[in-house]
Amino acid sequence: MAQQIPDLNDVLNQKQTKKLSIIAFSGDFDKLTAVFTLATGAAAVGYEVNLFFTFWGLDALKIKQGRSPVGKGFLPKVFGVFMGGLKSAPVSRLNFLGASPEIFRYMMRKNNVATLEELLEAAKALDINFYACEMAMHILGLTKADFIPEVKDVLGVATFLELSEGGQTLFI
Amino acid sequence: MANYNLDITHEHCPMTFVKTKIELAKLKSGDILNVRLTEGEPLQNVPKSAVEQGYNVLSIVETETKGVHIVVIQK
Repeated sequence: MAQQIPDLNDVLNQKQTKKLSIIAFSGDFDKLTAVFTLATGAAAVGYEVNLFFTFWGLDALKIKQGRSPVGKGFLPKVFGVFMGGLKSAPVSRLNFLGASPEIFRYMMRKNNVATLEELLEAAKALDINFYACEMAMHILGLTKADFIPEVKDVLGVATFLELSEGGQTLFI
Repeated sequence: MANYNLDITHEHCPMTFVKTKIELAKLKSGDILNVRLTEGEPLQNVPKSAVEQGYNVLSIVETETKGVHIVVIQK
């Protein structure tokens, strides 16, 4: 059956500024994939996109990948070793001692679906706004210098609410 | 005025839009991008989002391959 082609005049009439803000709380591979899929998809269709990384989500932004003692103080360093950045992100279910993320990466490549790393690169290319949570950084002993340079600013709740006002907000 | 081609028939959401958007961003005003895509979500949404972002969709033509269309977008 022939697919109906969209009426493009209607689209022009409905044109308006759209905005999506996502609180990226989880450091899990699958949940971060959801964050970056929604973010890049929305940015590509013209949305302004704000990503606010907090708690475990901050791990995705670290420059230093791999299990290294990032952070100031003994306990933050222990967390740093156990977390280890985007490439070490575990799957939220059936992680199989860290084997699952690699299996997922293989299945994603095989099926021509963008991997988490490709989505992150796309997010950078699309000028998505990356923000880091000031409070969580304080707990984990992290500074802005520990993160990729695309992190635009370090924010608290009040500024995040201002940024996300008038758009859609998700917590993942 | 240059003419460019982009094949997203093997891509899936969100890379269909992402690759189109990144490619369009590289073009100069007046340049043409021929996007080869499949029916379903890409055909429904790639031309729509191009128009929303202020580009001109000059034509949408089905190719000899069933279900594959060429969307011609001008910056």
